[in-house]
Amino acid sequence: MAKAESTFRNMVLSLTLISLGASACLGFVYKMTKAPIELSALNKKLSAIREVVPEFNNNPNEEMYRLPTGDGDSLEVYPAKKDNKIVGYAVNTYTKKGFSGNINLVTGFKPDGTIFNIMVLEQKETPGLGAKMTENTFKDQFSDKNPTDYILKVKKDGGRVDAITAATISSRAFCDAVQRAYNTLQKGGMK
Amino acid sequence: MNQLQNFTKGFFKENPILVLVLGTCPTLATTSSLLNGMGMGIATTFVLIGSNVVISLLANVIPDKVRIPAFVVIIASFVTVVDLLMQAYVPALYETLGIFIPLIVVNCIVLGRAEAYACKNSVFSSFIDGLGMGLGFTMALGILGAFREIVGSGTLFGYKFIKGDGILVFILAPGAFWALGYLIALINKMKKT
Repeated sequence: MAKAESTFRNMVLSLTLISLGASACLGFVYKMTKAPIELSALNKKLSAIREVVPEFNNNPNEEMYRLPTGDGDSLEVYPAKKDNKIVGYAVNTYTKKGFSGNINLVTGFKPDGTIFNIMVLEQKETPGLGAKMTENTFKDQFSDKNPTDYILKVKKDGGRVDAITAATISSRAFCDAVQRAYNTLQKGGMK
Repeated sequence: MNQLQNFTKGFFKENPILVLVLGTCPTLATTSSLLNGMGMGIATTFVLIGSNVVISLLANVIPDKVRIPAFVVIIASFVTVVDLLMQAYVPALYETLGIFIPLIVVNCIVLGRAEAYACKNSVFSSFIDGLGMGLGFTMALGILGAFREIVGSGTLFGYKFIKGDGILVFILAPGAFWALGYLIALINKMKKT
């Protein structure tokens, strides 16, 4: 077949057809992957919740409710229950004080407000420095601490938290996110 | 040129990273570990093969004056397909590669091969060209990623085998430039002798 000439008709026709073909193809792939994408996002959330609260046997995702933070936003709270008794709350919290971009955490509290465990959902901190917040050596220091007498600030700022070496900003941001979760949960009342 | 040479040129003679030095932005950014580098390489390979085949099929019906927009639409479609598939089936890798998956669209190698090779050659040769170039790209990214992961964090495929923290700078951007620079120098030296 001879090469198509660059006439107006040919140009419009070929671009239209190519775009149509491309969009049909994309629509098909989108439909095909929609369910697995939602499933993997849900699984990620559920496994994070499982990490941060004591053992439960309800479906926290279905019982999720939102509590206002006090500055115009709200946080998602996932109550974890065992045999209909509350065993903990997983709070999906965030901070804008990170070194590069928002940091998203799931913080788990026991019913008395003690921190059970913390998982980092999303962070873009410097690899090898601030990114160490995902490691147990840093976040395990929060476990079993109650923010009423455990001041959520790095030691430099008069708190009790050991900051990550050379990543004070990231450590502060981490504390800020946990504090936000704690305040919100306290204010909203433990249901 | 026979098909074997056509295939192997992507590895050494015309390696996109080490010889042509195309697409260095995703190279530097995603090779902080071996797995990330290889994931990026394989995603790009898929896009290269797909766009090369489709473009060589359609080369005769695309008028010259609108070939670039047509190529970009085709490439962008393949990238979106890869993006969705990775999000659905390898979410962990998708998250670490992040923005660099959609950015394969503007990777010079993909458009470069479409323009320089696929629109002038047969479907089969274009397929081989895409495969060779893509795997060459993956190889370069794999070498860089492995080197930076071993030196920078003392791990390989995430398994720790060197005690301690490693040389942090190799995980960061400057280390990427050094590693790539020395790798290219080494390849140049090998080519001369």
